[in-house]
Amino acid sequence: MLRLEKRPSPSRFWLYATPPVAVLLTMVVGGILFATMGKNPFEVIRTIFWDPVFGEFAFYLRGQLLVKAGPLILIAIGLALGFRAGIWNIGAEGQYIMGAIFGASVGLAVFPTESRLIFPVMVVAGAFGGWVWAMIPAILKTRFNTNEILVSLMLVYVAETILAKASTGFLKNPEGMGFPGSRNFSSYPAAANPELIAGSGLHWGGVAALVTGVLAYILLTRHQAGFQIKLAGQAPRAARFHGVSPTRLVVMCMGISGALAGLAGLFEVTGPAGQISIDFNTGYGFTAIIVAFLGRLNPLGIVLAGFLMALTYVGGEMASTNLGLPDAAIQVFQGMLLFFLLAVDVLTNYRFRLAVGAH
Amino acid sequence: MTGTETHGGGVRPELLRIEGITKAYPGVVANSDVSFAIGEGEIHALLGENGAGKSTMVKMIYGLIRPDSGQMTLRGAAYQPGKPAEARRLGVAMVFQHFSLFEALNVAENVALGMENPPQMRELSARIRAVSEEYGLPLDPSRMVGDLSAGERQRVEIIRCLLQDPKLLIMDEPTSVLTPQEVEILFKTLRQLSSEGTAILYISHKLEEIRSLCDAATILRRGKVVATCTPRERTAREMAELMVGATLKTPERRVAEKGEVALGVSDLSAASPIPFGTSLKGISFTVAKGEVLGIAGVAGNGQDELLLALSGELKAAPDKVRVASHAVGDLGPVERRKAGLVAAPEDRYGHAAAPDMSLVENAFLTAGVRKGLVRNGFVDWAETRRFAEEIIAAYDVRTPGPDVAARALSGGNLQKFLMGRELMQGASVIVINQPTWGVDAAAAASIRQSILDRAGEGAAVVVISQDLDELLEVSDSFAVLNEGRLTKPRPTEGLTMDQIGLMMGGAHGMEVAHHVG
Ligand SMILES: Nc1ncnc2c1ncn2[C@@H]1O[C@H](COP(=O)(O)OP(=O)(O)OP(=O)(O)O)[C@@H](O)[C@H]1O
Ligand SMILES: [Mg+2]
Repeated sequence: MLRLEKRPSPSRFWLYATPPVAVLLTMVVGGILFATMGKNPFEVIRTIFWDPVFGEFAFYLRGQLLVKAGPLILIAIGLALGFRAGIWNIGAEGQYIMGAIFGASVGLAVFPTESRLIFPVMVVAGAFGGWVWAMIPAILKTRFNTNEILVSLMLVYVAETILAKASTGFLKNPEGMGFPGSRNFSSYPAAANPELIAGSGLHWGGVAALVTGVLAYILLTRHQAGFQIKLAGQAPRAARFHGVSPTRLVVMCMGISGALAGLAGLFEVTGPAGQISIDFNTGYGFTAIIVAFLGRLNPLGIVLAGFLMALTYVGGEMASTNLGLPDAAIQVFQGMLLFFLLAVDVLTNYRFRLAVGAH
Repeated sequence: MTGTETHGGGVRPELLRIEGITKAYPGVVANSDVSFAIGEGEIHALLGENGAGKSTMVKMIYGLIRPDSGQMTLRGAAYQPGKPAEARRLGVAMVFQHFSLFEALNVAENVALGMENPPQMRELSARIRAVSEEYGLPLDPSRMVGDLSAGERQRVEIIRCLLQDPKLLIMDEPTSVLTPQEVEILFKTLRQLSSEGTAILYISHKLEEIRSLCDAATILRRGKVVATCTPRERTAREMAELMVGATLKTPERRVAEKGEVALGVSDLSAASPIPFGTSLKGISFTVAKGEVLGIAGVAGNGQDELLLALSGELKAAPDKVRVASHAVGDLGPVERRKAGLVAAPEDRYGHAAAPDMSLVENAFLTAGVRKGLVRNGFVDWAETRRFAEEIIAAYDVRTPGPDVAARALSGGNLQKFLMGRELMQGASVIVINQPTWGVDAAAAASIRQSILDRAGEGAAVVVISQDLDELLEVSDSFAVLNEGRLTKPRPTEGLTMDQIGLMMGGAHGMEVAHHVG
């Protein structure tokens, strides 16, 4: 009989091997799933994982990868800092929406003024919007000991309601002939976030994601705050003995993750999305949770994981248009990735032993 | 050979035989070709300095880890437990050095978790009550384990074993957290068990206890059996010297002139942050430069709370705690360390240290401030590592290197590391709760020596301990903590046992005749 045995110390091999193994298992089981749906599994897997990077339309799709990976990475890095400390912000989607609304409101309020200051101020407002939204669960937690998972999650639905109100009400395009949705930022250069190099897919959001990845890595490995985050996650009493105030830590981690999610929303609304609309949010805030774990809560790992997840988005879209695969199948596919990741992850801390003599 | 010799010369039927067991960890061989045998009903001691491989040996007997090579025989049959449940089924039970209890569950639920077929909760609670009364280990089955003191948790473990009616009971340092009186009661229990035919494999660093309790002893040094003896026929010192393979030196005190007050606590009261903990009530004392204040008392009388209040984890009004003339009562741990006060909590797994972090990271845990290891918020890891290496060298910490996780060290070696971490920061006030918990005789002597050395250099030291011998050896003044109140400190010199008894007064449970046996 096989049994699990706790390792004396976590396995370094499995720490790094887990993500690739999880991806492989997802491909195999996903392939079986696609086969039962009557699709050729090899073709689907190739469409998702190969074509966007090396296929016929790669020149366009590679840019799309960057467009999708940017917000995922930006959000996931913020979440990972909190997760490391044992602070579970599940509501990044709401903070992402609020960042977009705050930032867009600032830009739209001064329309059609032209100034180089407008975009930077919008960026600050976007980060602020996400931060404010994350401060609600943070303060409720530190004051009343509420559960940040529930509160942050419920605030997503509040944010979605505000988003609907904004796109049909206070941010609605007065020249939009009654259609819901704000003005499009692509026609307002001072507030727009265009591609920096044509066709590359790189906009300020992508730049911010990569820079944040490096900064977060330095924070975790070299800075005292990073040490405190890790310590609080592993041994809360030792953290208090070290001198970390739990309140400050919650406020800091929720604040950083909220602000980064808000930034992602702002870059998205001013760039690829172009406007505030009812269906502005597409679940980046939730997918980023998978990205954070897929990247082992390590900023550099998250950058890689962000691109991998973007691949399933872009490739998935291809698969649904070219091969007629339902969108839901792609979501199942992404969910499987998290499932296998957590399952294989057990091997980091445990190992299988053949139990001799046991029944 | 089918029997082992007892001290009386008689032969007991053999219960367990260990033959040529070897177990290696990365960087160390924890057990190398170890052989010994235990007879039925025998109380057998396993001795050795910190990191000698005692816990590793008994974990293999209990099926927690597997030997790399060698055999075990239980009552003549090959014995290779794949997991503890199997060991338990064959009549082997164990009380751990570090508790393996779930804090969020109550006593009865924790006991039930260790059983194959747990009975109804009500029935189990009744049995726990019965056993705990029978053996004089009072315990309420419905209490949450998270709210229990270390001593009470120990009782849960012991009672959990006794309920199984074991043939071999393994105890890894069971008495480190018990009071002398509780130890006396436990020993009565163990002797009774032994006379009923239950063998006991007993690990302890308290050699006087071993002398009074054990029939035979196997001594390990660096993973190898170096001697066997009959403890009654040896002195504690002889056994200690067998363990380390060298002669011991007794701590000597340098006489320091008493300086001005370095630590002043006045009328400090604080509600306990620990549920069901003991609140501090009007604690007042001063410690001068160069003075060691010993605080005696039974565990659970406010020791943990006093440490929290001094370390800064529990805050009070500013002038309740003073370091020299500096009011620090409202400051947190970081500011207090800056002001010159360092503290070492009792619980090393999860409080004083983060078990999964390396020794380097654990060195930074408290030394960052005083050792100047932070520059503009950034940690100087190279310098931190040098400090960790310094501690390892100065306190003879047995470890493959500073990068191993704290939990991979043997209990006593981690304790040495953590003591070194606080004692080597050049602090003006040092507060230590249980400085030598689980530390072998030689290392305990050297820790006490460094406490005296720091005092000799002018530091004010507060030692909280349950070990009266230890307190009498190191302290200049002596006070007792009882139900959150502290007696007025008195000079240790010239203090008679009778006077200590009077000070203990209400401090039930801590016996004046502190030597067991
Ligand atoms: N999980 C582990 N991983 C790596 N090394 C370990 C592990 N557990 C123990 N060791 C090493 O094995 C050796 C023996 O440790 P063990 O815990 O058996 O000592 P011990 O005799 O019980 O000491 P103590 O009296 O301090 O409790 C030590 O050098 C220790 O560092
Ligand atoms: Mg041990």
